[in-house]
Amino acid sequence: MSRLALVLGAAGIMAALLLIGLALPRWLLFLVTLAASHGIVSVGILVIMRGGLVSFGQGLVFAIGGYAAALAFTQLGITDVIVLILIGTAAAALVGAAVGPLLARYTGIFFGMLTLALSMVAYGVLIKSPAVGGSDGFNIPRGTLFGVRLEGAGGDYALYALAILLTGLAATAVALHTRSARGLMTRAIHGNGLRVEYLGTSVQAVMAINFTIAAALGGLGGALTIVALGHIEPTFAYWTQSGEFVFVAILAGSQSVTAVFIASLALELVRSFSNLYFPNTWQMALGLFLLAIILFLPAGIGSLWAGRRKAPATGGETQA
Amino acid sequence: MQLALTILMDGLIYASWLFVVALGLTLVFGVLKILNIAHGSLYAVGAYVAASLVTLFASWGLGGHFALVAMLLAAVGVALVMGPLMERYLLRLFYARDEVVLLLVTYALFLILEDALKLIWGVNPYYVSEPYQLFGNVAFASLFYVGYDFALIGLAIACGIAVWFALNRTRSGKVVLAVIFSREMSASMGVNVDKVHMVAFTLGVFLAALGGAFTAPMISVQPGISVSVIIVSFAVIIIGGLGSIEGAAIGAVIVGLARAAAVHLLPEAELFSIYLVMAAVLIFRPEGLFQRAAARKI
Repeated sequence: MSRLALVLGAAGIMAALLLIGLALPRWLLFLVTLAASHGIVSVGILVIMRGGLVSFGQGLVFAIGGYAAALAFTQLGITDVIVLILIGTAAAALVGAAVGPLLARYTGIFFGMLTLALSMVAYGVLIKSPAVGGSDGFNIPRGTLFGVRLEGAGGDYALYALAILLTGLAATAVALHTRSARGLMTRAIHGNGLRVEYLGTSVQAVMAINFTIAAALGGLGGALTIVALGHIEPTFAYWTQSGEFVFVAILAGSQSVTAVFIASLALELVRSFSNLYFPNTWQMALGLFLLAIILFLPAGIGSLWAGRRKAPATGGETQA
Repeated sequence: MQLALTILMDGLIYASWLFVVALGLTLVFGVLKILNIAHGSLYAVGAYVAASLVTLFASWGLGGHFALVAMLLAAVGVALVMGPLMERYLLRLFYARDEVVLLLVTYALFLILEDALKLIWGVNPYYVSEPYQLFGNVAFASLFYVGYDFALIGLAIACGIAVWFALNRTRSGKVVLAVIFSREMSASMGVNVDKVHMVAFTLGVFLAALGGAFTAPMISVQPGISVSVIIVSFAVIIIGGLGSIEGAAIGAVIVGLARAAAVHLLPEAELFSIYLVMAAVLIFRPEGLFQRAAARKI
């Protein structure tokens, strides 16, 4: 797909979603907003995963983005949601840029475990910090957009539109990035990192940048989530939350960014419907769903339409 | 001095059951290259089955030391049922896939088992504290401990030595080591790799269930125990080096002591002290303390 076709396609999808949103019931609107905000975090995981690494600590940047935006609201009195989201994204990107070079030294399962450890440290700190609400977290009221308070059905739609636009733009940028020289280098690292080193590219530098991009996306997702949800708590950084992001990334497969949002929506739908119909066994439904996808769609949901190019979901050896 | 001793003892007691669980986890990783998230659920299954069995035995008038028999039977039963079932009919389907995919498979299994436990045993906690009193109390320096805690340390040491001995000093253990070293080569030398995988996994399940069964008298058996145990056992084997028995032992002691020190000195840090240690170890020794670095393949 050429870059122009990709951008036009993405613009088309976003426009269509904005129109569809006008007809959606409010509960579904909210669900899609959350799915988009969570999906963008999984897109970040995909950026790292293309290099053969899987982060089990994306909850960390998700929480940082969320807390930064929420604190900017309550402490600094900033109410404009776009500014809040930018603050959340920037805070997470900064942290990502700081720990990225350190994390880029790690390979395979150790990378996953170190990211997990870091997010759990954050979880532990947050839960014991009364200043940010401890284990209960805290609520933030609805923000404003260009001075207008986002309330009622109109506010819900505005947040939905914002989530679609921001995640859509970010996802398009990521899709373009994967086609760039650096993005293709990431794929080569997945194939064989040592060979890439011999060819004169620093694997660490590429992975550190990928990690920073992923962190910014995680922060964006976290900030969008709390703006829509109106609540933040330490579980944003808990490992099961990170696990869900990986879950969505694997479900989607690495071939299509659009598939990530479909997978994210599927997860939200499975979760809310199972919650409604089988309140005691929704985790079981989720587990069976995941097993079925891994078994029958090895390259993820994305392989349904992008499956011509034969590429394993995360496959290959995870070296370097 | 008193405080140091308390931290040391509490740490060792905590480390003992943790070691039994982590030993199974590290064994399964060593042989099958699977980081089994569902290991925590198997621990919980062991705890629940043991709680039920001890109660059942008591209702037959088999109290006292029969409770220990019941707990052992629970662990054996869970291993014999769940081990082959999970390995043969589920995990085997995914061996050809990436290790991350296998991790996700065990995560799915964890989600399924979590709800299965709630369906079978409900959400109310179970208490089986009778066996806890079996060994009386022990005065240790100026402190008093329940004898059961010491028995648990003994159990952990016994398990560690048994697994180490079986792996390093018996013929079948050497076959397992050969499979760990090279799956293909072992298969071509006539080793039944499938069988080794199943036995190793079943042994891993047994150790998880054993840890759960013998911890049951010390805790309230309730939903959520699987999550808390899996994450600390991960920390243990990551600190020690994946697949290493000595590493799991050292890792368990380090985690136990770190947690005990945090509980007594800085209670706010209890939750994350373990991860802090884990992150610190990973930063200086990415492969863990007891893992030899492997050469990178081109």
